Amino acid sequence: MHVPDGFINAPTSIATGVVAAGALAVALRKAGDELDEKTAPMAGLVAAFIFATQMLNFPVGAGTSGHLLGGALAAVLVGPWTAILCMSTVLLVQSLLFADGGLTALGTNVTLMGIITVAVGWGIVKIVTVVGPNSPKTVVAGAGLGALISVPAAAFAFVGLFEFGGTADIRLSTLMAAMVGWHVLIGVGEAVITALTVSSVLAVRPDLVYAARHLLSPRPLEIRTDPKPVTS
Amino acid sequence: MTTESTTRVSPRGGPSTRTFAVIALLVCLALAGLASYYASGHPDGLNKVAADQGFAAKEKSSVAADSPLAGYSTEDVSNDRLSGGIAGVVGVTVVLLGAGGLAYVVRRRAAGSEN
Repeated sequence: MHVPDGFINAPTSIATGVVAAGALAVALRKAGDELDEKTAPMAGLVAAFIFATQMLNFPVGAGTSGHLLGGALAAVLVGPWTAILCMSTVLLVQSLLFADGGLTALGTNVTLMGIITVAVGWGIVKIVTVVGPNSPKTVVAGAGLGALISVPAAAFAFVGLFEFGGTADIRLSTLMAAMVGWHVLIGVGEAVITALTVSSVLAVRPDLVYAARHLLSPRPLEIRTDPKPVTS
Repeated sequence: MTTESTTRVSPRGGPSTRTFAVIALLVCLALAGLASYYASGHPDGLNKVAADQGFAAKEKSSVAADSPLAGYSTEDVSNDRLSGGIAGVVGVTVVLLGAGGLAYVVRRRAAGSEN
Protein backbone atom coordinates (compact mmCIF):
# COMPACT_ATOMS: atom_id res chain seq x y z
CA MET A 1 0.00 0.00 0.00
CA HIS A 2 3.06 2.25 -0.28
CA VAL A 3 1.70 5.56 -1.61
CA PRO A 4 4.02 7.02 -4.28
CA ASP A 5 4.70 10.71 -4.80
CA GLY A 6 2.00 12.45 -6.81
CA PHE A 7 -1.16 10.70 -5.54
CA ILE A 8 -1.83 13.04 -2.62
CA ASN A 9 -1.52 16.82 -2.97
CA ALA A 10 1.01 18.94 -1.09
CA PRO A 11 -1.23 20.41 1.67
CA THR A 12 -2.61 16.98 2.59
CA SER A 13 0.89 15.49 2.49
CA ILE A 14 2.08 18.20 4.87
CA ALA A 15 -0.87 17.49 7.17
CA THR A 16 -0.12 13.75 7.27
CA GLY A 17 3.54 14.63 7.83
CA VAL A 18 2.55 16.66 10.89
CA VAL A 19 0.36 13.80 12.17
CA ALA A 20 3.19 11.31 11.66
CA ALA A 21 5.77 13.55 13.34
CA GLY A 22 3.46 14.14 16.30
CA ALA A 23 2.79 10.42 16.76
CA LEU A 24 6.51 9.68 16.49
CA ALA A 25 7.30 12.28 19.16
CA VAL A 26 4.82 10.63 21.54
CA ALA A 27 6.06 7.13 20.61
CA LEU A 28 9.67 8.11 21.34
CA ARG A 29 8.64 9.04 24.89
CA LYS A 30 6.22 6.19 25.56
CA ALA A 31 8.23 3.35 23.99
CA GLY A 32 10.70 3.57 26.87
CA ASP A 33 8.08 2.04 29.18
CA GLU A 34 7.62 -0.93 26.86
CA LEU A 35 11.29 -1.71 26.36
CA ASP A 36 13.66 -3.45 28.74
CA GLU A 37 17.15 -4.92 28.29
CA LYS A 38 15.64 -8.02 26.71
CA THR A 39 13.03 -6.49 24.41
CA ALA A 40 15.09 -3.60 23.00
CA PRO A 41 16.92 -5.92 20.56
CA MET A 42 13.51 -7.48 19.76
CA ALA A 43 12.45 -4.14 18.27
CA GLY A 44 15.27 -4.39 15.73
CA LEU A 45 14.37 -7.98 14.87
CA VAL A 46 10.66 -7.21 14.54
CA ALA A 47 11.39 -4.31 12.18
CA ALA A 48 13.78 -6.49 10.15
CA PHE A 49 11.18 -9.27 9.96
CA ILE A 50 8.52 -6.84 8.76
CA PHE A 51 10.88 -5.41 6.14
CA ALA A 52 11.72 -8.93 4.91
CA THR A 53 8.09 -10.06 4.88
CA GLN A 54 6.97 -6.93 3.05
CA MET A 55 9.16 -8.09 0.14
CA LEU A 56 7.06 -11.25 -0.14
CA ASN A 57 4.06 -10.22 -2.19
CA PHE A 58 1.45 -12.97 -2.27
CA PRO A 59 -1.18 -13.19 -5.03
CA VAL A 60 -4.74 -12.27 -4.09
CA GLY A 61 -6.29 -13.01 -7.48
CA ALA A 62 -6.93 -11.28 -10.83
CA GLY A 63 -3.39 -10.02 -11.34
CA THR A 64 -3.17 -8.38 -7.94
CA SER A 65 -0.87 -9.00 -5.00
CA GLY A 66 -0.47 -7.85 -1.45
CA HIS A 67 2.06 -8.12 1.32
CA LEU A 68 2.09 -8.00 5.09
CA LEU A 69 1.85 -4.49 6.49
CA GLY A 70 2.89 -5.67 9.94
CA GLY A 71 1.49 -3.00 12.26
CA ALA A 72 -0.65 -5.42 14.25
CA LEU A 73 2.17 -7.97 14.39
CA ALA A 74 4.67 -5.41 15.66
CA ALA A 75 2.23 -4.14 18.31
CA VAL A 76 1.61 -7.66 19.63
CA LEU A 77 5.34 -8.50 19.78
CA VAL A 78 6.89 -5.29 21.14
CA GLY A 79 4.00 -3.04 22.22
CA PRO A 80 2.15 -0.33 20.29
CA TRP A 81 4.51 2.63 20.82
CA THR A 82 7.61 0.63 19.94
CA ALA A 83 5.66 -0.75 16.97
CA ILE A 84 5.19 2.77 15.61
CA LEU A 85 8.97 3.27 15.81
CA CYS A 86 9.58 -0.08 14.07
CA MET A 87 7.10 0.63 11.27
CA SER A 88 8.45 4.16 10.73
CA THR A 89 12.00 2.83 10.45
CA VAL A 90 10.91 0.27 7.85
CA LEU A 91 9.00 2.88 5.83
CA LEU A 92 11.85 5.41 6.00
CA VAL A 93 14.42 2.87 4.78
CA GLN A 94 12.06 1.68 2.03
CA SER A 95 11.48 5.19 0.70
CA LEU A 96 15.13 6.33 0.91
CA LEU A 97 17.01 3.21 -0.21
CA PHE A 98 14.48 1.33 -2.33
CA ALA A 99 12.29 4.16 -3.71
CA ASP A 100 9.29 2.20 -2.37
CA GLY A 101 6.76 4.82 -1.32
CA GLY A 102 7.38 8.46 -2.16
CA LEU A 103 9.46 10.81 -0.03
CA THR A 104 6.78 13.52 0.02
CA ALA A 105 4.32 10.68 0.76
CA LEU A 106 6.36 9.46 3.74
CA GLY A 107 4.05 11.18 6.24
CA THR A 108 1.06 9.59 4.50
CA ASN A 109 2.66 6.16 4.53
CA VAL A 110 3.71 6.42 8.18
CA THR A 111 0.18 7.54 9.07
CA LEU A 112 -1.54 4.75 7.12
CA MET A 113 0.83 1.82 7.64
CA GLY A 114 2.76 2.87 10.74
CA ILE A 115 0.07 4.40 12.93
CA ILE A 116 -3.42 3.33 11.81
CA THR A 117 -2.55 -0.37 11.42
CA VAL A 118 -0.84 -0.33 14.84
CA ALA A 119 -3.72 1.52 16.55
CA VAL A 120 -6.46 -0.65 15.02
CA GLY A 121 -4.51 -3.89 15.45
CA TRP A 122 -3.54 -3.17 19.06
CA GLY A 123 -7.04 -1.96 19.97
CA ILE A 124 -8.55 -5.23 18.75
CA VAL A 125 -5.87 -7.33 20.46
CA LYS A 126 -6.58 -5.54 23.75
CA ILE A 127 -10.32 -6.09 23.44
CA VAL A 128 -9.90 -9.78 22.59
CA THR A 129 -7.40 -10.46 25.40
CA VAL A 130 -9.56 -8.65 27.97
CA VAL A 131 -12.79 -10.35 26.90
CA GLY A 132 -11.37 -13.78 26.02
CA PRO A 133 -9.98 -16.49 28.30
CA ASN A 134 -6.48 -16.07 29.77
CA SER A 135 -4.62 -18.23 27.29
CA PRO A 136 -1.94 -17.94 24.61
CA LYS A 137 -4.60 -18.97 22.07
CA THR A 138 -6.53 -15.81 22.88
CA VAL A 139 -3.45 -13.72 22.08
CA VAL A 140 -3.03 -15.52 18.73
CA ALA A 141 -6.73 -15.08 17.90
CA GLY A 142 -6.60 -11.40 18.85
CA ALA A 143 -3.45 -10.88 16.76
CA GLY A 144 -5.06 -12.54 13.74
CA LEU A 145 -8.29 -10.58 14.06
CA GLY A 146 -6.42 -7.31 14.64
CA ALA A 147 -4.27 -7.97 11.57
CA LEU A 148 -7.33 -8.85 9.47
CA ILE A 149 -9.11 -5.59 10.30
CA SER A 150 -6.01 -3.37 10.26
CA VAL A 151 -5.44 -3.69 6.51
CA PRO A 152 -8.91 -2.60 5.25
CA ALA A 153 -8.82 0.09 7.98
CA ALA A 154 -5.66 1.53 6.41
CA ALA A 155 -7.26 1.26 2.94
CA PHE A 156 -10.34 3.06 4.27
CA ALA A 157 -8.13 5.85 5.61
CA PHE A 158 -6.34 6.12 2.27
CA VAL A 159 -9.67 6.64 0.52
CA GLY A 160 -10.50 9.37 3.02
CA LEU A 161 -7.19 11.11 2.31
CA PHE A 162 -7.65 10.71 -1.43
CA GLU A 163 -11.12 12.22 -1.37
CA PHE A 164 -9.73 15.14 0.58
CA GLY A 165 -6.41 15.66 -1.16
CA GLY A 166 -6.16 13.21 -4.04
CA THR A 167 -4.77 14.41 -7.37
CA ALA A 168 -7.54 12.73 -9.40
CA ASP A 169 -11.29 12.99 -9.22
CA ILE A 170 -12.56 9.48 -8.54
CA ARG A 171 -16.04 8.74 -7.24
CA LEU A 172 -15.86 8.04 -3.51
CA SER A 173 -18.04 4.92 -3.63
CA THR A 174 -16.11 3.44 -6.55
CA LEU A 175 -12.73 4.04 -4.93
CA MET A 176 -13.95 2.81 -1.54
CA ALA A 177 -15.34 -0.44 -2.96
CA ALA A 178 -12.16 -1.14 -4.93
CA MET A 179 -9.68 -0.25 -2.16
CA VAL A 180 -11.48 -1.90 0.74
CA GLY A 181 -12.42 -4.91 -1.41
CA TRP A 182 -8.84 -5.75 -2.38
CA HIS A 183 -7.52 -4.99 1.09
CA VAL A 184 -9.98 -7.30 2.81
CA LEU A 185 -8.37 -10.09 0.75
CA ILE A 186 -4.88 -8.84 1.61
CA GLY A 187 -6.02 -8.66 5.25
CA VAL A 188 -6.69 -12.41 5.19
CA GLY A 189 -3.04 -12.99 4.25
CA GLU A 190 -2.01 -10.48 6.93
CA ALA A 191 -4.04 -12.42 9.52
CA VAL A 192 -2.49 -15.77 8.55
CA ILE A 193 1.11 -14.47 8.64
CA THR A 194 0.52 -12.58 11.89
CA ALA A 195 -1.14 -15.50 13.68
CA LEU A 196 1.56 -17.96 12.52
CA THR A 197 4.37 -15.65 13.62
CA VAL A 198 2.83 -14.85 17.01
CA SER A 199 2.06 -18.50 17.76
CA SER A 200 5.61 -19.50 16.75
CA VAL A 201 7.18 -16.99 19.15
CA LEU A 202 4.67 -17.94 21.88
CA ALA A 203 5.64 -21.60 21.47
CA VAL A 204 9.36 -21.02 22.12
CA ARG A 205 9.62 -17.76 24.09
CA PRO A 206 6.24 -16.53 25.38
CA ASP A 207 8.02 -13.92 27.48
CA LEU A 208 9.08 -12.14 24.27
CA VAL A 209 5.46 -11.46 23.23
CA TYR A 210 4.42 -8.10 24.66
CA ALA A 211 0.69 -8.85 24.38
CA ALA A 212 1.15 -12.10 26.34
CA ARG A 213 2.98 -10.58 29.30
CA HIS A 214 -0.13 -10.76 31.47
CA LEU A 215 -0.01 -14.54 31.14
CA LEU A 216 3.46 -14.72 32.67
CA SER A 217 3.30 -12.04 35.35
CA PRO A 218 2.18 -14.27 38.28
CA ARG A 219 5.26 -16.47 37.92
CA PRO A 220 7.78 -14.68 40.16
CA LEU A 221 5.17 -14.64 42.95
CA GLU A 222 4.87 -18.43 42.97
CA ILE A 223 8.41 -18.84 44.20
CA ARG A 224 8.20 -16.36 47.05
CA THR A 225 4.80 -17.35 48.43
CA ASP A 226 5.47 -21.09 48.41
CA PRO A 227 5.58 -22.04 52.10
CA LYS A 228 8.34 -24.47 52.90
CA PRO A 229 7.03 -27.71 54.38
CA VAL A 230 8.43 -28.56 57.81
CA THR A 231 9.28 -32.12 56.83
CA SER A 232 12.72 -32.52 55.35
CA MET B 1 11.69 -9.01 37.05
CA THR B 2 15.36 -8.38 37.78
CA THR B 3 16.34 -11.99 38.44
CA GLU B 4 19.26 -13.17 36.34
CA SER B 5 17.57 -16.42 35.43
CA THR B 6 14.65 -14.80 33.59
CA THR B 7 16.94 -12.92 31.26
CA ARG B 8 18.82 -16.03 30.21
CA VAL B 9 16.39 -18.89 30.34
CA SER B 10 12.75 -18.74 29.37
CA PRO B 11 10.19 -19.90 31.92
CA ARG B 12 9.43 -22.89 29.74
CA GLY B 13 13.03 -23.73 29.05
CA GLY B 14 13.04 -22.41 25.49
CA PRO B 15 16.12 -21.16 23.64
CA SER B 16 18.20 -18.37 25.16
CA THR B 17 17.50 -14.84 23.99
CA ARG B 18 20.72 -14.90 21.99
CA THR B 19 19.84 -18.15 20.23
CA PHE B 20 16.35 -16.85 19.53
CA ALA B 21 17.75 -13.62 18.07
CA VAL B 22 20.26 -15.42 15.84
CA ILE B 23 17.59 -17.77 14.47
CA ALA B 24 15.15 -14.89 13.94
CA LEU B 25 17.82 -12.94 12.05
CA LEU B 26 18.63 -15.93 9.85
CA VAL B 27 14.91 -16.26 9.06
CA CYS B 28 14.77 -12.56 8.10
CA LEU B 29 17.85 -12.86 5.86
CA ALA B 30 16.47 -16.00 4.20
CA LEU B 31 13.10 -14.37 3.54
CA ALA B 32 14.55 -11.12 2.15
CA GLY B 33 17.61 -12.63 0.48
CA LEU B 34 16.24 -15.88 -0.97
CA ALA B 35 12.45 -16.24 -0.73
CA SER B 36 11.79 -12.74 -2.10
CA TYR B 37 12.75 -14.03 -5.56
CA TYR B 38 9.54 -16.05 -5.58
CA ALA B 39 7.27 -13.16 -4.52
CA SER B 40 4.34 -12.25 -6.77
CA GLY B 41 5.26 -9.60 -9.32
CA HIS B 42 1.68 -8.42 -9.78
CA PRO B 43 0.78 -4.86 -8.74
CA ASP B 44 -0.27 -4.54 -5.10
CA GLY B 45 -3.78 -3.54 -4.04
CA LEU B 46 -3.20 0.22 -4.31
CA ASN B 47 -1.35 0.05 -7.65
CA LYS B 48 -4.06 -2.21 -9.07
CA VAL B 49 -6.81 0.21 -8.01
CA ALA B 50 -4.82 3.17 -9.37
CA ALA B 51 -4.51 1.42 -12.73
CA ASP B 52 -8.18 0.35 -12.83
CA GLN B 53 -9.47 3.78 -11.79
CA GLY B 54 -7.13 5.65 -14.12
CA PHE B 55 -4.97 7.60 -11.72
CA ALA B 56 -1.80 5.48 -11.96
CA ALA B 57 -0.28 8.13 -14.26
CA LYS B 58 -0.41 10.63 -11.39
CA GLU B 59 2.51 8.79 -9.84
CA LYS B 60 5.70 10.84 -9.86
CA SER B 61 9.11 9.26 -9.79
CA SER B 62 10.63 9.37 -6.31
CA VAL B 63 13.75 11.48 -5.84
CA ALA B 64 15.22 8.26 -4.45
CA ALA B 65 14.69 6.53 -7.82
CA ASP B 66 18.42 6.85 -8.56
CA SER B 67 19.33 4.89 -5.45
CA PRO B 68 21.54 1.90 -6.31
CA LEU B 69 18.91 -0.30 -4.64
CA ALA B 70 15.80 1.34 -6.12
CA GLY B 71 12.98 -1.12 -6.77
CA TYR B 72 14.65 -3.81 -4.63
CA SER B 73 17.24 -4.58 -7.29
CA THR B 74 20.94 -3.88 -7.08
CA GLU B 75 22.48 -1.62 -9.70
CA ASP B 76 24.90 -3.29 -12.11
CA VAL B 77 24.01 -6.79 -10.89
CA SER B 78 22.39 -8.56 -13.83
CA ASN B 79 21.52 -11.84 -12.11
CA ASP B 80 17.96 -11.38 -10.82
CA ARG B 81 18.35 -13.68 -7.83
CA LEU B 82 21.56 -11.99 -6.73
CA SER B 83 20.31 -8.47 -7.47
CA GLY B 84 17.15 -8.87 -5.39
CA GLY B 85 18.93 -10.93 -2.75
CA ILE B 86 21.59 -8.29 -2.13
CA ALA B 87 18.90 -5.61 -1.86
CA GLY B 88 16.99 -7.74 0.66
CA VAL B 89 20.03 -8.50 2.81
CA VAL B 90 21.14 -4.85 2.82
CA GLY B 91 17.60 -3.77 3.72
CA VAL B 92 17.29 -6.24 6.60
CA THR B 93 20.66 -5.12 7.96
CA VAL B 94 19.89 -1.39 7.74
CA VAL B 95 16.41 -1.81 9.28
CA LEU B 96 17.74 -4.07 12.06
CA LEU B 97 20.45 -1.59 13.02
CA GLY B 98 18.16 1.42 12.62
CA ALA B 99 15.22 0.15 14.67
CA GLY B 100 17.42 -1.75 17.13
CA GLY B 101 19.62 1.29 17.67
CA LEU B 102 16.59 3.55 18.08
CA ALA B 103 15.04 1.19 20.65
CA TYR B 104 18.37 1.01 22.50
CA VAL B 105 18.62 4.80 22.71
CA VAL B 106 14.97 5.16 23.78
CA ARG B 107 15.48 2.49 26.46
CA ARG B 108 18.69 4.08 27.75
CA ARG B 109 17.04 7.48 27.97
CA ALA B 110 13.99 6.07 29.78
CA ALA B 111 16.17 4.16 32.22
CA GLY B 112 18.24 7.28 32.84
CA SER B 113 15.22 9.45 33.63
CA GLU B 114 13.90 6.90 36.14
CA ASN B 115 16.97 7.23 38.35
